[in-house]
Amino acid sequence: MSSATELGEVGRTKAGRTPRRNRRGRGEPQGRLALLLLLPSALIVFGIILYPIIRTTIISFFEVNSAVPVATPFVGLRNYTDILSNQAFYSTIWRTLYFTIGSTALELIIGMALALLLNAPVKFRWLFRAIVVLPWALPTVVNGAMWRGVLNAQYGSLNALFTQLHLINDYRSWLGTPTSALNMLIIADVWKTTPLVAFFLLTGLQSIPTEIYESTRMDGAGPIRTWLYITLPLLVPSISVVLVLRTIDAFKVFDLVYVLTGGGPANGTQTIAYFTYVQAFSDQRFGYGSALAEVIVICILLLSAVYLRALRRDEMTLI
Amino acid sequence: MRYSRRYIVFVNLCAAVVSIFILAPFAWMVLASVSQPADLIARPYRWLPKHLDLGRYSDLFAGRGSDVVASFRQSLLNSTIVAGCTVVVAMAVGILGAYAFAMLRFRFRRVTLIVFLTTYMLPPIALLIPLYLIMSSLGLLDSKLGLIIIYSSYVTPFVLWILSNYFLTIPAELEEAARVDGCSRMGALFRVMLPVARPGLFATIMFAFLLVWDEFLYALIFTSTPNAQTIPVAIANFTGRYSTDFGLVAAGGLIASVPPVLLAVAFQRYVVGGLSAGAVKG
Repeated sequence: MSSATELGEVGRTKAGRTPRRNRRGRGEPQGRLALLLLLPSALIVFGIILYPIIRTTIISFFEVNSAVPVATPFVGLRNYTDILSNQAFYSTIWRTLYFTIGSTALELIIGMALALLLNAPVKFRWLFRAIVVLPWALPTVVNGAMWRGVLNAQYGSLNALFTQLHLINDYRSWLGTPTSALNMLIIADVWKTTPLVAFFLLTGLQSIPTEIYESTRMDGAGPIRTWLYITLPLLVPSISVVLVLRTIDAFKVFDLVYVLTGGGPANGTQTIAYFTYVQAFSDQRFGYGSALAEVIVICILLLSAVYLRALRRDEMTLI
Repeated sequence: MRYSRRYIVFVNLCAAVVSIFILAPFAWMVLASVSQPADLIARPYRWLPKHLDLGRYSDLFAGRGSDVVASFRQSLLNSTIVAGCTVVVAMAVGILGAYAFAMLRFRFRRVTLIVFLTTYMLPPIALLIPLYLIMSSLGLLDSKLGLIIIYSSYVTPFVLWILSNYFLTIPAELEEAARVDGCSRMGALFRVMLPVARPGLFATIMFAFLLVWDEFLYALIFTSTPNAQTIPVAIANFTGRYSTDFGLVAAGGLIASVPPVLLAVAFQRYVVGGLSAGAVKG
């Protein structure tokens, strides 16, 4: 390597524009070392994930009704056609979408406001940040248990608070109807996850150079216009990443449902992951459950593909 | 930048309101955990308990009471062991892999990273049935080792992602200088990269620990006795069993939240750094 290119490289580094990838490495064979370094991770990850996912696919074509299979007839696509002809499956999908879209949308909107607040000149900023971190750090199961207490029809604190403030006349059963319970599920999820979204967007906010704001101030733009025309466009990459992560995560929701509502009332909060769990493990229909699991995988892959396409069009890559 | 007085008042008011919304359910949980059962169901509700009742905490720590309560301490220990071991395994293999992704040039680098990340997006439920069959045939059901193995595969892609992006933020010249001075690649990794990447390592360890401490579905299916049951399973058992004594659920939940909350509050400045490292495009 000539000294001229060395200098050139250092120069470009200072400008900070050259993609790192091109600068790293010196042309020596690195594939073998990379393989060696990645082997332990690959063994752990694919050894434990690849085989099961293939096995799930295979099981989904059989009728397996016990953990210790005795006779497992091959049924072809029957598990899948059973799913598609089951009315309960469609209501489950609809519910999952309602939960996913509802919680993701709320988390993005509130998270954005919270991120702006975290970035604002709040007194005792460290304390405020510590408070905001709290829900995110709380284990999901504890979050579910807590909201189950808050929303309880007999002793729940929400009922106590609302009656004492005379907002309602009598204690209500917040988890008593399917719609209400599903909405409460969203509230519990939003309470816990919005901080994560906010911190994510905050990192995006902090990467925006302050000079940009100084110059818009000079131009006399108000805070709303500044946010709309400067902040929001510059945050699009962060927002996209959060959107992808949160939709996929919300689509898979299980633990919150398990603890907060147990899928009830009248299966009104059964999301697709919970539905699959019930079919596979409570009813011991492993073949049918595997087919359902495959449906979830397909949905998530489709979702990721749509996102990746949309992101690429904006000349952005997720990873 | 100078702010107007009105703006500062407005912002602080908003922060106060947000803090109340966040702290209120939490504060009620604390109060409920030390309230006597009669106070909990009183109407009109008595917010501040007349007598402090610390009995639930002492029961939980002493392992007294029904089976579910008695095994709580054991599940706390199980969670600590499982999370600790998993973090060690995932960091050990993840640091090497992340270094490869960040510092080496090799074919299919991007594709490999994407394949690793895809496994992270897979819903756990899709792996559950075969894993159950495998674990059962290996005799690893209801064992901490079984959970550690599964969790390592679950956490490693995450470590690879965050850490390799963090390594990318370290100036390449630093590593190159070490190599010019005669360090081998591994020498440069351990003597130069890792010390510089300490904030990123802290963040990754914290995220990984929280991930394991929080995991519920695998633990629910693969454990059945106090031998391997983790904290989330114990809490879920509580909520099912003690629907009349929310105080006990609250006390257990609060104890279970202490390690992750302490970690998150202590390392909160790394949360932002860690997230940005994760969000940066590699």
